[in-house]
Amino acid sequence: MTLDNIKPGNSGVIASIGGEGMLRRRLLDMGLTPNTRVEVRKVAPMGDPIEIFLRSYVLTIRREEASKIELKEAMVL
Amino acid sequence: MSFVFALAGNQNSGKTTLFNKLTGSNQHVGNFPGVTIEKKEGLIKKQKDTSIVDLPGIYSLSPYTMEEVVTRDFILHEHPDLIINIVDATNIERNLYLTLQLMELSIPMVIALNMMDEVRASGNSVDVIKLSKHLGIPVVPISAGKNEGISELMDVIMKAANEKKKPTKLDFCTGEVHKAIHSISHLIEDQALKSGYPVRFAATKLVEGDEPTMKALNITENQKHIIEHVVDDMEKSLDTDREAALADMRYNYIGTLCDDCVVKHQETNEQIRSEKIDKVLTHKYFGIPIFFGIMFFIFWLTFGAIGAPLQGILEEGIAVVTNLVSEIMIGANVSTWLYSLVIDGIFAGVGSVLSFLPLIVILFLFLSLLEDSGYMARVAFVMDKMLRKIGLSGRSFVPMLIGFGCSVPAIMATRTLSSERDRKMTIVLTPFMSCSAKLPIYGMITVAFFPKYAAIVMISLYALGILVAILSGLILNSTVFKGNPVPFVMELPAYRVPSAKSVLIHMWEKAKDFIRRAFTVIFIGTIIIWFLQSFDWSFNLVEDSTNSILASIGSVIAPLFKPLGFNDWRASTALITGLTAKEAVVSTLSVLTGVTTDAELSVVLNTMFTPLSSFSFLAFTLLYMPCIAAFAATKRELGSLKNAILTASYQTVTAYIVALIIYQVGSLFLM
Repeated sequence: MTLDNIKPGNSGVIASIGGEGMLRRRLLDMGLTPNTRVEVRKVAPMGDPIEIFLRSYVLTIRREEASKIELKEAMVL
Repeated sequence: MSFVFALAGNQNSGKTTLFNKLTGSNQHVGNFPGVTIEKKEGLIKKQKDTSIVDLPGIYSLSPYTMEEVVTRDFILHEHPDLIINIVDATNIERNLYLTLQLMELSIPMVIALNMMDEVRASGNSVDVIKLSKHLGIPVVPISAGKNEGISELMDVIMKAANEKKKPTKLDFCTGEVHKAIHSISHLIEDQALKSGYPVRFAATKLVEGDEPTMKALNITENQKHIIEHVVDDMEKSLDTDREAALADMRYNYIGTLCDDCVVKHQETNEQIRSEKIDKVLTHKYFGIPIFFGIMFFIFWLTFGAIGAPLQGILEEGIAVVTNLVSEIMIGANVSTWLYSLVIDGIFAGVGSVLSFLPLIVILFLFLSLLEDSGYMARVAFVMDKMLRKIGLSGRSFVPMLIGFGCSVPAIMATRTLSSERDRKMTIVLTPFMSCSAKLPIYGMITVAFFPKYAAIVMISLYALGILVAILSGLILNSTVFKGNPVPFVMELPAYRVPSAKSVLIHMWEKAKDFIRRAFTVIFIGTIIIWFLQSFDWSFNLVEDSTNSILASIGSVIAPLFKPLGFNDWRASTALITGLTAKEAVVSTLSVLTGVTTDAELSVVLNTMFTPLSSFSFLAFTLLYMPCIAAFAATKRELGSLKNAILTASYQTVTAYIVALIIYQVGSLFLM
C-alpha cells in the first residue's frame, strides 16, 4: 500500500521510497526513510496535496509524490 | 584578528531571527554570484571585525537545489572560520541531518540549539552536555526569539573560533556504509587535498554519486570503476541503493543519539496549538474563503484605510517641497530648461514613484507577518493545486495576488519563493495581473465608449489578464522553464508570534531597496522620458508637447499599431509615457489632445478609436511591459538587466499579439 491511499487520521511505517533523482533524494533528506512511522493528517481543500506527520514535524507533499512511498504495516482504522 | 562566520540551518529554524539578534540592523543584503539567492551579511554586535554570512535555509547538502549548491560552494571555497549551525530543538531529528553533513566539511562548528524555551515549557528536555559530548562539538541552548542564551552563544563561538578546533567525530556509521566510505577515502585522499575538499566529505559525496564532487576532484575513469564497484558491493549487501543507504545511516545514528539525549513526552505546546489553528485555517471548506478574506483585508488596509491617506500626506509633502523649490528657482531666475528638468522631470517623476512608498511599507509589514507566523506555508498548501497545471506551486499565489494592487511589491515579494525557477516564472507572469494604476485608463475608455457596460468591461480586462497569465504559464512551462520543477515537499512550521524586530528589519530593507531604485533606475528613466517630452530634435525646449521628440517618435511607431486598430500618434505617445507610471497614459492623452474636461476627452477619444479598437487599446495597456518602477524591481530580482529586458519584450510582444487577435477577430464579427 502506498501513502496516498491512507486516509487522514491513519498511519503506516515506510517500507521503501520509489521515484528517482531530486524528488527521491528530497524525500529521503526530509526523513522519509525506511522504518519511519508516518501519519496522514489532512487533505488540502482541493483534494491535493496532503499533510503528513513524521519525526515530530509536519510536512506537505503532493499525492503524486506520496504514491512513491510504499508502506508496510499500514494502520487503517 | 578578523573572522568570518557562516550561519547555516534548516528553513524555519529561526535562522533569520538569530541573524538579526547577532547583527542588529548592521546588515547588507545582496545576491550570491550568478544566482538570485539572497546573501545577507552583517557585522556581529560588540565584536571587532567579525562578520557573519546568513546562508540559505536548507535541509541537506545534496546538489539538487541552487540553495544547497550555494551553501556548499560558499563553505568549500570561501572557508569561513566557523559554522554556526542553528538547530530547532522541537524538531531535532530532521535538523541534525544537516548537522551531520556540515560536520564533514572540516570547519570549526558550534550548534545553537534553538527553541529550547518551547521544549522546556512542554515538559520535554534535551541533554545538551551529552549531545555535545556525542557530537564532539559545542552545543549552546538558546531561544533566539526570547533573546535567551545569545551572549553565551557568542562567548562559545569566539572561543571555538580562536581555538580553530575542527569536528573530530566523523563516523556515524558502521558496517557496509562505513566500509565503502573508508575505501573511497583512501582512494581519493590526494586529489581531495589538492582540490581543497575535506577528504571525508568528498568520500561520502562520491558514495552518494555526487557529480560536482567527481568533477572537482578530477576523478579518473579508472577510479570511477573502482568507486562503482565499492558502491555496488555496498548496495548488494544492504539490499538498498546508495542514496537511501546514506540517508538511512544518518537517520539511524540520529535515532540512537536522540534516544540517549532527548526526552520527549509529548508534542510541544506550539505544535499542539498549530494543529488546532489549522483545523480552521486549512479547513476543507473554510480554508480558501479565509485565505481570500485575509488577502482582501490586507488589500483594503494597504490600498484603502491606511495606505491611501499616508500616500495622500506624502504626495502633499512632495507638492509642498516642489512648490518651495519652484519658487526659489523662479526667484533665482534659472533658465527654463533647468526649471523644467527639476520640476517637470525630477520632482514630478521621482515624486510620483516615491508616493508608492507607504503602500510598499504597509504591504511588506503584512507580508512579513504572514511569512514569519507560518501562514504563508499554509497558503501554499491550500492553493497548490490551482497553480500546479502551469508548473508553479501554491507559494506563487501571494505575489500574483499582490500584483492586482501593484506589480512592484508583488515582484519584490517573489523573494520568499523557495525555488529559483518558480521565482523567475512568477516575476514574468505577475505583471499580467491588472495593477491598480491601470484603473484610470480603464475608467477613461469605458466612460467614452462603454458607459453602460463599464463593469463588464472592467471584469473582462481582469479576466483577460488572468487568462493570458495562465496560457503564458503553460507556454513558458513547456519552453523556457522546461525541466524538472522543484518537488513540492514543504514543511508546515508551527505557528509562532513573529518577532517585531524581524518584521521591522524586513520592512526597512524593502523600503530602502525601493528608495534606492527610485533614485537610480527610476530617476534615469523619468529624466529620459522628460527629455523626450520637453525637447524637439534641435534640442530646443518646446512650448507645446505635440512638437516634442517623444511626439515624433510616437508618430513613427504609430503605424505599428494599425493592425491593432489605432494608428494615432497620440495613442502611441501615451503608451510610451505610460512607462513612467501607467496612469500617465490618461494625462498624456488629455495634454496631447488639448482638452480640459473629461467630457471633451470622451469626444476626442471617439475620433481616435472605435469601440473595438478602444478595447484592443485597453488590452494592450493591460499586458504590455510594466512601468519603470516594476521594471527596476524585475531587474533587481532577476539579477540581470538582460533578463529584465527579455521579460519586458516578452510581455510587450504578448500584449501586441493579444490586442491584434482581439481587433482582427472582432472586426470579422462586427463587419
